[in-house]
Formats: sequence, structure tokens, C-alpha cells
Amino acid sequence: MTATMERVHRGAAAAGGPLLFLERTRRVALGEWVIVRMAGQADRRGQVIDAGEQATVVQLLDETVGLAPDRAEITLTGEIATTVVGRELLGRAFDGHGASVDGLPSPIGEGVRPINGAAINPVRRARPQDFIETGISAIDAMNTLVRGQKLPVFSGPGLPGLELAARIVEWSRAPRGEPFAVVFAAVGITARESREFVERIRASGAMSRTVLYLNEAAHPAVERLLAPRLALTCAEFLAFDCGVHVLVVIADMTHYCEALREIATAREEIPGRRGYPGTMYTDLASIYERAGIVRGRPGSITQIPILTMPDDDMTHPIPDLTGYITEGQIVLSRELHRRAISPPIDVLPSLSRLMGGGIGKGRTRAEHREWSDQLYATYARGRETRTMAAIVGASGLPPADQRALAFAETFEQKFIGQPGGRRTLDETFEAGWSLLETLPRDDLLRIRDETWQARASKKGAP
Amino acid sequence: MSARIRRVAGSLVEVAPLRAALYELALVGHAQMLGEVIRQRGELATLQVYEDTTGLSVGEPVETLGTALTAQLGPGLLGSVLDGVGRPLERVAAATGDFIGPGARADTLDPAARWRFAALRAEGESVAPGDILGTVEEKPGMLHRVLVPPGVSGAIASLASGDYSVADSIGSLADGTPLRLSHRWPVRVPRPVAERLGSSQPFVTGQRVFDLFFPVAEGGSAIVPGGFGTGKTIIEQSLAKFADADVVVYVGCGERGNEMTDVLTEFPALVDPRTGKPVMDRAVLIVNTSNMPVAAREASIYLGVTVAEYFRDQGQRVALMVDSTSRWAEALREMAARLQEMPGEEGYPTYLANRLGQFFERAGRVRTLGAPAREGAVTIIGAISPPGGDFSEPVTQAALRVCGSMWALDASLAHQRHFPAVDWESSFSLYADQVAAWFTEHGGADWTPLRRELVALLQRERELRDIASLVGPDALEDRDHLVIEAAALVREVVLRQNAYLPNDALCSPKKTHALARATLEVFHQGEATLASGKPFASIDLVPARRALMALRDGGEP
Repeated sequence: MTATMERVHRGAAAAGGPLLFLERTRRVALGEWVIVRMAGQADRRGQVIDAGEQATVVQLLDETVGLAPDRAEITLTGEIATTVVGRELLGRAFDGHGASVDGLPSPIGEGVRPINGAAINPVRRARPQDFIETGISAIDAMNTLVRGQKLPVFSGPGLPGLELAARIVEWSRAPRGEPFAVVFAAVGITARESREFVERIRASGAMSRTVLYLNEAAHPAVERLLAPRLALTCAEFLAFDCGVHVLVVIADMTHYCEALREIATAREEIPGRRGYPGTMYTDLASIYERAGIVRGRPGSITQIPILTMPDDDMTHPIPDLTGYITEGQIVLSRELHRRAISPPIDVLPSLSRLMGGGIGKGRTRAEHREWSDQLYATYARGRETRTMAAIVGASGLPPADQRALAFAETFEQKFIGQPGGRRTLDETFEAGWSLLETLPRDDLLRIRDETWQARASKKGAP
Repeated sequence: MSARIRRVAGSLVEVAPLRAALYELALVGHAQMLGEVIRQRGELATLQVYEDTTGLSVGEPVETLGTALTAQLGPGLLGSVLDGVGRPLERVAAATGDFIGPGARADTLDPAARWRFAALRAEGESVAPGDILGTVEEKPGMLHRVLVPPGVSGAIASLASGDYSVADSIGSLADGTPLRLSHRWPVRVPRPVAERLGSSQPFVTGQRVFDLFFPVAEGGSAIVPGGFGTGKTIIEQSLAKFADADVVVYVGCGERGNEMTDVLTEFPALVDPRTGKPVMDRAVLIVNTSNMPVAAREASIYLGVTVAEYFRDQGQRVALMVDSTSRWAEALREMAARLQEMPGEEGYPTYLANRLGQFFERAGRVRTLGAPAREGAVTIIGAISPPGGDFSEPVTQAALRVCGSMWALDASLAHQRHFPAVDWESSFSLYADQVAAWFTEHGGADWTPLRRELVALLQRERELRDIASLVGPDALEDRDHLVIEAAALVREVVLRQNAYLPNDALCSPKKTHALARATLEVFHQGEATLASGKPFASIDLVPARRALMALRDGGEP
């Protein structure tokens, strides 16, 4: 794009927070990669976020402690931010800049790609409809994940969001044994969380098909804006150039958004809701929309971003804007977690928008939709009754409500909770049916007669 | 000195020295990205660029095009999939591949396609704007009327039937003005009409809750505000598929890529039950997903409404779906912030309400310009995505003042999987009286009383539930229990509608009426039972419920 050569500036006009301000720059390009040198200090890297003849703003990715703007030597490289991609990255670990952190030499790779990516042309997208069996009933039964989907986990402080993502990585079975890889971007999470996640991948034997980009809490905040983009650029190469089905896990998008807010504030932008920039929707979309399938290319990118809802508030701008972009959400419940139900997924506010295309005859089971609707409806009724029962007592309730109340309890313990580990799809269906069959037929009006009879005759058969 | 880029900040580019007209188009940079002048101060012009500006450099050249952003209107629009500035995405893909690259140029209408034009006017006749020169069968059974463009009139010097491309001259006027199958119109300017008309005709959505409770008139407008997961997109898509309109323009503004894939997969395979033809044959899709450039998102709704007006001017009844109006408003906000304009509420520019009003006012039922005399209509259905599902925010509030119906979506209904999740208490329609006569004729004679009784029943239920949640269900009388159960039936049978069940996805006014009536019948029978002295416990509603659901899931009566 930009054919400009490298240029060196002696001294910047100003520096503040993560930003550096240059004056009278020549031919500077938006997104241009910048290197800042100071004698006796490590090189710092940055990116042009406002390119102007009179004034240019550079966002620095490294700590600015000790940076003296007038003595810095600033190199405009003439390149936009890129990263090395290739199959040899599998099994490797990098920091949020893409520098190797596993003691091995930097990969040579099969190509260099701009990290911002480009939007998939909507007419070139293929419809995501291949069921991924995660082994988690609350997901497989009621919030089915399909390849090419972006399905975030809405966690809360202290809730096991990352743990759920680790489980999905460990337990997921691709439909036909096709090539499969995991790309993990740690964004501002603690070293402990990051280590635990990586250990679980290692223990499951998946490390050789995993790429790690680790920006932990102690690492520079601005680098958080880079890590997910590196991960997705790497994933896009694996998926769309090499035909691999890639699962991208990003944790935690809340830290990402905070870094975004920090930059916006430093630039004195007009803040939007709760101080987050008005451009956050578009910015988040530039990450989440990099999931999908491209027609005529064999691989796919499935995204599971994890975010922490501040104060468990789903209307907070981070989960709110995320929910508007992603294809559903898996919501964790503090109450279930407190009652030691694991995974503590609250199925009522959870949703998979792409479920319809991934289930049914030939994909999961013919009765999947109505069966899942029935589980949902009865559980929802039970939960509603629970609120009522807390006020007026269970004994005063109509019998159908009492049955729903009991159902909700068992459903949470035996269906949502999975102390016994992974469930196959058959086991999930069996668990669901056996709960439904404790209820009279008249309580189950979402199930059609044909389905009910088919189930009865199947059970009757030896 | 030639015009060069002085600054690049996101989608905003400052250029000097350049003296241009506001909203004039320009080619920006070596990649020749499309942009539009939005501010001019002395020799400094500020442009918004419709493409990704990453890598765009200070010092690159800029060239103005002398024209505003226009829509190319003519045969070939139906069935096409355009981006926010009117480039067909298939041809963008042919130019830049599976991922959208910079600088792709493509006309909206395929220059290579040839159309069979049948002239209806002859040499020597004088024509005025809006006159129908002739027709092209754009899709099987779908006649595209070729119009004299607004502002053009005179005596026909030549006009001949034959096979033409959209760029070919099909004839000319005496003053030498060439006539073509297509013309261009600036998207930000409403197309002229002879007269704006009132409307007693409803826009029949095929969705019971809208047609029965919150109807919208043909040529009216409705907004659909709702938090995420409340089903805005499903409603917009159901309407695009099943609503009674001749042409549907669907604008996916800043929404999900995979959702558009759904539309693109489904529409060609779906058959319009009224005409038996693929839904795609009556549709124009305008797609600017959330990760595509923001400035083009801002332009996309204007392109959409201009295309809609063009079909209206041919005498068609057009439905324009915008999903989502909020993303358009956010694009406006983003531009305003980069221009460092003084912000209004929540950072939105102070002209938000104005612009929104001007947009929604482009809906309407009209007598078009030109001969033969004809009427056409544009109905606008705009989804709104309020942050946190809070309707007090500026976009919802501004839209409320200009729309005629509000279909408020409610998260708790969505969590109960009650779809369409329309909250019957806060939604409204200003058109109900206006279209009552039509529904009485085409739905059933007691349409209005039926509607009133259902509303009353639902209101009573809400009151009783409030009481019950305070003092417990024991405090309710038998009649109250009946009201609660009957209202549950109304919600289940009449208000809920399953977009995935073939027999239920589309419901005619007749079937809506039959279901509403049958449900109330159950209530009345229950009342009779109670009146005869029997207790509520003696009423078994299960068989009635099953019968009603069978009626709902069965075919048209």
C-alpha cells in the first residue's frame, strides 16, 4: 500500500500516557509501524493512529516510563503492522507483539500478513451449519455451537469463564476428524489464569495443534489491542489458506475494551457510555466478524471470546455491544456457581443464533428443536415459579407449577451440572428425555405427538 | 498545486488545496478509494472515505468527480446484492477476491446485461418526468417500467423497442437528450412526487401481533427497538420474506456477516406464497456489515430508500427494511466526533433527530409523477438497537417522534422464547383506526371489537398477575383464574408466531381473525361454565389448547 521509505525523526513534540505526538512528519500513513529508540533503553514499538502533515499521533505498545520525547529517535518504517503466519506456528507461544516467548527462534513462516485483516465479502461467506459436539449438555442441547460461529462466554468476576473455554477446547469433537487447531489469545488476564489454561491444553495433548499469544496483566496495556488481531491473522491463514478448522479463544475482552478506553481518553475523544469510546461497536466488530467460513475454502474460524461482565451486569457496554455483534452468548450464573453446579451455565439468557442451521435430522437428531424448546419452556416455567414460591410458598401453587418447580431443580443438578465429565450427544439426549418423561404428557405441549410416540416406541424396543 | 492528503484519521481525510461542493464524490489516494466531501473550509476539504483507510498516506493525490453519490436505477436491481455505496458485492469479489480490498469500482447495474425493451410511447409525443416510456421484463412476470427521469421533458425524437444494455441509448428527445433504460439519482435527495396521499390500506405483514394489534399503514413507518437477542432481525427477515409488497429493499446496516449469508441462502430458495416466485426476485439487498467501513454504513440507508422510491415511482408497493437504524446513527456519531463537532446527547450530533426525521419522511403513499396516473408506496420498517435495551436513549426517542408504529421488543418475553417478543403494553400504532375498515373487510366483520376484547383481556391479566405476585394465587377468584388461563392462550396461540414453521411463519388476516375468535370463544365458554355455578377447577382447558394449536399450526382456513 504505502510505498514510502523509512524516515527518521529526531525528537517528538510531546508524549503523554501511551501516546507520542510528532510534528511535521512527511508522507506518514495511517496504521504505519513506528520504532522509537532511546539510548540505553529497549526499543519501543508503536502505530500511527492519526496521520497528519502538521501533527501525527503514535500509539505506543510498550511502557513509556523513561521516554523523553525530545531525545527519542523515531523511525517511521513505511510498513503497516504485519505478522508472520504459517503452520510452523502450531505448538508455539508468542507475546502480544508476536515475539517468541518459548525460547525457540522466531518462525520464518509461510507469509506475512497485515494484522488488521480485511472484511470477508458477505457474498463469499458460507452458511455455518456444521455441529460441534462440545460434550457440554447446556451447549449441545440448547445453545448449539456450529463451525464458523462467534459465541462469547459472558462470565462475571470470579466465575469460571476461562475454565469453560478450556473444557470446550478439551472436549470438542470435530464432526469428521478433519484438521483442527486452537489459537489462544490471552488479553490482560493474570499469569496464573493464563498458565492454568495452557497447562490444560498441554495435558489434553492438544499443544502441538495450538498457537498461543500471551498478553498477561503485567504486560503493556496497549499491546492488548494487538494480541487478538495477531491471533486472528494467524487463524485466518490456518483456516483459509491451509484448510484447518480453527477455534479461537480470546480472554478477556473486558481488558481489551479497557485498553481501548485508555487510548480514547488519552486522545481526548468524546466518551460514549461509561467512558468507552463511541467507536467501540465498530472496533469490536473488526475482531468478532473475523469468524466464519469462506465459500470454496475448506477451513473455518470459530470464535469463543470470553468477557467479564462488570458487576454481573449484562447491560454494561462491553457485554451489550458484544451481544449485538456475536451470534448469541453463553451466560454464566453466579447462583449456579455458588451451588457448585458445573458448568454454571444459565440457559435462559443464553442463546445460539446459529443453532437452527446446525441441528435436526441428519445433523443431530430430528426432534432436537422441539425437545430443546420443551426443556427450555419447562425450566423457564420452573424458574418463574421459584420466584413466586419464594413469596407465597410452594404449597399454594397449582400442581403443574409444582411439577415445573421440581423439574427446574433436577434440571440444574442433573442436566446442566456434569459432575461425570463429558457427555456425548446421545447421553445428552438421554439425560434430557429422562427428565421430560417424569412429567405428564399434557405438560409437554411443545413435543409433537409423532415425536412422543417415536420416543415411546424406541424406548419400548429392546 | 494539486489536491493532496494532509491528514488521515480513521475514515476521515483532510485534503488541500481543494475547493469542492458539499457531498461531492472524490477518488482518494493511489488506490482510488471512494470518498465524499463533508466539510469545506477555505482550501481545506474534509472527506469521509467509504473504504478501509489503513495504509493511506499523507501526500497521496485526491481527485474530485464533480457529482454527488448517486444511485444507478434501472433494470437489474432486483435480485442484486449491493454494498453501502451501490457496488454489487459479486463484482467486488471478482475484483478483490474473498476479502474486500480497496479501490474496487463497479457499477450497480451490470453493463453487459441486455434487456428487451418494449416501447409504449412513440416519436412526436411529448413526455414529462415520470412518464412511462416502455417496459422491460426484469424477472419473469415482473415488469420494470422505464421512466422519464425527473427534470427531463420534451418531444420524443426517436424511441424504439429492442434489446439494449443499461448504457445504450434507446432513443432521444427533440433537444437531443438521450433516453436510456437507467438513470442516476443523488441518494440524499428525495425523489419528487405529484402528491402525497393518505392511506387506508394496511401494510399486511403476515404477523398476527402486528396486523391485529399494531398495524402499519402502507406508506407508513414502524420502528422495532429491542435489545440484543430479542429477535429484531428475525422480524425484519420474516417481513422481507412474507409481507405483502411488490418489492422489498433490505438494508443490512452494520450487522452480522453470517446473518446476511442466511438471507442470501434463504431468499433465493424461498417462494413468495402470493406470486409463487422466488422471494429473491422481488428483493434488493444492501449489505454493509459491522466490519465494513463506517462511512458506507452511513450512506447505505440513503441508497436503500432511493432504490425504494424508484420502484414506488413505477407504481409499486415497496417495503424498506433497515436493520439497524442505530448503526447508521452511530456512524453519524463517529463522523461527527472526528469532525470535532459539539456533541449532543450521548455524543450523538445535535442534528440526529433531524436527519432521522428526514429519512423516515421518505416513507409514504404517493401519486407519482408522470403518465399514466399511478400510485405507489414506500413503507419503512426500521430496527433499532438501544444500548442495554434502554429505550430512553436518543436514537429510539428521536425515531419515536417520527414513526407511526412502535413494536417494542422485550427481553423477558424473548427469554421466555415468546416470539415475536413484542411487548403489547408499550407498543403502539397510530394507524389502527385508519386501516380498521380494510381489515374488517378482509379479515372478519368483528375485527375491531375482537381486537379490543383481546387487549382488554391481556390488560386484565397483567393486573391479576400483579395482585397474585403480591398476595398469592389463592387470593384470586375463579373468574380471575379463567382470565389468566385465557390470556395465556391468547399469548400462546395469537401473539406467538413461529418463524420456522412453514404453516405458521405467514398468517393471513383471515387466519389471524379465525384464531383470535376461536381463542376468545374458549374464554366465553369458560365464562358460561362459571356462570352456571360450576367451579374453575371443573374446566379442562387442555383439549381446547391443543385444538387451538392445531388450528394455528395448520394451513390457511
